Amino acid sequence: MSDVLLEVRGLEVVFDGFRAIDGLDLAVEEGEVRFLIGPNGAGKTTLVDSITGLTRPAAGSVQFGGTELVGRAEHEIVRLGVGRSFQTPTVFESLTVAENLDLAAGFRRPFLTLLRRSRGVDDRVAEAMETVGLAGDATKPAGILSHGQKQWLEIGMLLVQDPRLLLLDEPVAGMSREERTRTGELLHLIAESRTVVVVEHDMEFLRRFARCVTVMHEGKVLCEGSVAEVQADPRVQEVYLGRSGDTRGRVEVH
Amino acid sequence: MRERLSAGWKGKVAFLAVGFLLLVVAPAVMTEFRLGLLAKYLCFAMVAVGIDLVWGYGGMLTLGQGVFFGLGGYAMGMFLKLQAAGPGELPDFMSYNGLTEVPALWRPFENPWVALPAVLLVPMAVAAGLGLLVFRQRVRGAYFAILTQALAAAFVILLIGQQGLTAGTNGLTNMNQMLGYDLDDPTNQRNLYLVVVIALGAVYLLARQLVYSRYGRLLIAVRDGEDRVRFLGYNPTSVKVLAFTVSAGMAGLAGALFVPVVGIMSPALLGIVPSLELLIGVALGGRATLIGAVVGTVAVNFAKTGLSEQFPSGWLYLQGALFIVVVAFAPKGLAGLWSALQRRRGAPGPAVEPLPTPVLEAAV
Repeated sequence: MSDVLLEVRGLEVVFDGFRAIDGLDLAVEEGEVRFLIGPNGAGKTTLVDSITGLTRPAAGSVQFGGTELVGRAEHEIVRLGVGRSFQTPTVFESLTVAENLDLAAGFRRPFLTLLRRSRGVDDRVAEAMETVGLAGDATKPAGILSHGQKQWLEIGMLLVQDPRLLLLDEPVAGMSREERTRTGELLHLIAESRTVVVVEHDMEFLRRFARCVTVMHEGKVLCEGSVAEVQADPRVQEVYLGRSGDTRGRVEVH
Repeated sequence: MRERLSAGWKGKVAFLAVGFLLLVVAPAVMTEFRLGLLAKYLCFAMVAVGIDLVWGYGGMLTLGQGVFFGLGGYAMGMFLKLQAAGPGELPDFMSYNGLTEVPALWRPFENPWVALPAVLLVPMAVAAGLGLLVFRQRVRGAYFAILTQALAAAFVILLIGQQGLTAGTNGLTNMNQMLGYDLDDPTNQRNLYLVVVIALGAVYLLARQLVYSRYGRLLIAVRDGEDRVRFLGYNPTSVKVLAFTVSAGMAGLAGALFVPVVGIMSPALLGIVPSLELLIGVALGGRATLIGAVVGTVAVNFAKTGLSEQFPSGWLYLQGALFIVVVAFAPKGLAGLWSALQRRRGAPGPAVEPLPTPVLEAAV
């Protein structure tokens, strides 16, 4: 019924002879929220990096809505409609919250209009500030925000960027319990009109918000399914048991 | 919002006040000699505004602005030398070097419609070409600084080596007329000074417009997180190339005005040391504040002249000490001290122009 938006085939990424990703296949359908888990070193972030052009794969293809992404520059991939966040929030600390969002909203503007001064706050920017709860902080430099607020600002920047596919790399890492809940709600909101892939370790977060989970191990897909199915899979237990010894609570304490 | 408006209003008043001082008061009270010096320093200030754009806002430590200054200067110098020689005649140094006719490289510069645009376009074209090559390869930080410094060294060697084309170490001298005006005439020198002031004003306003536009925010974003900017859908290469090209145009214009003001253009003005000296004014005045770059450069140059008159060999040591002191104790320069002072007085000073990276980190 729904179409495949992102299709990764036979992806291989090699760092100095080490195969970080080893013949990986993955398909994500339009409108889906897919969680990506796996022990450290499984290649989750490397996969996100390869999709977004940060890392050049040795072989394989990444098709996004029928367009090949491998070999394109990072900003071109963003312009095609793929947004991403990073493990540590990376906002521009010396710019204000509104300026950060304004930049993120602006890449579709013609280059020459950049030379004009921005007057007032764009509607989309104002809306995003409202959504992520930073409306009162519009003129504050992003550098003085708390860790959680920075992460939300980053999510806000992704919102105004309006991508078709969103790749979130550990969006709740280092967050307090309330912040996690808030982020989960934001995630729901984002997912209403977008396809989202989330790399996440936090099992509680996973159980609350994930429907479909892909487990990675040693650069390959180990299995796919619902949270319950994945947790019941003996191979998954083995992979994680080898590392942390507890599969019932958190798969991995971060 | 109101704060911003009043800051803009204050800025306009300050701009007009400085303009009045430079255009009306300075010519009235300064001797011909001092006014000539001031004109020279204001040329350097033009380069400094460009450096501030590239380094202060864009985080690209350029140690080779002398090259662009020189390209603009030599373009103007060639024009003036041909004017001084008269139509169809050889400039003096060429005949000493045994040349019998005007070289092909020089010929287009007989025409003011070629020579005058060239003072801007040649440095800008070189900067754009170099910038595209270098920034696309993601050369940055110390590597970019070293590359531009090497460029300055190579440019000087090239100029010295081509004796017949460039007059070598001596440089271009004896340029005393321009479009029929006698450049030794005090009235013309005074008018030239006014042209320099107006040019600096234009350069300043252009830089200001760039800095306060969305592009300016983008430039700061590239300085603080180039890789992150890519994931906002922008190509940092074009952002950096634009700033670098504009700064080269500013340096070229400054070089072109320097030649009729001072009467010489030579390799000694363009090498590694002069390129670094241009940077010191920006550091002293405060990076990422345009007015700081202008004030810092004029102050450093007046100090240099004043102190070298008193202690001929002392200036270099003082210059070095000054740079160290600024880097170590006042990384935001005079502008930073000024806003710190205002805050101490309890005034709700303007939102501090953010400069999160320490000088050394940005420099390396």
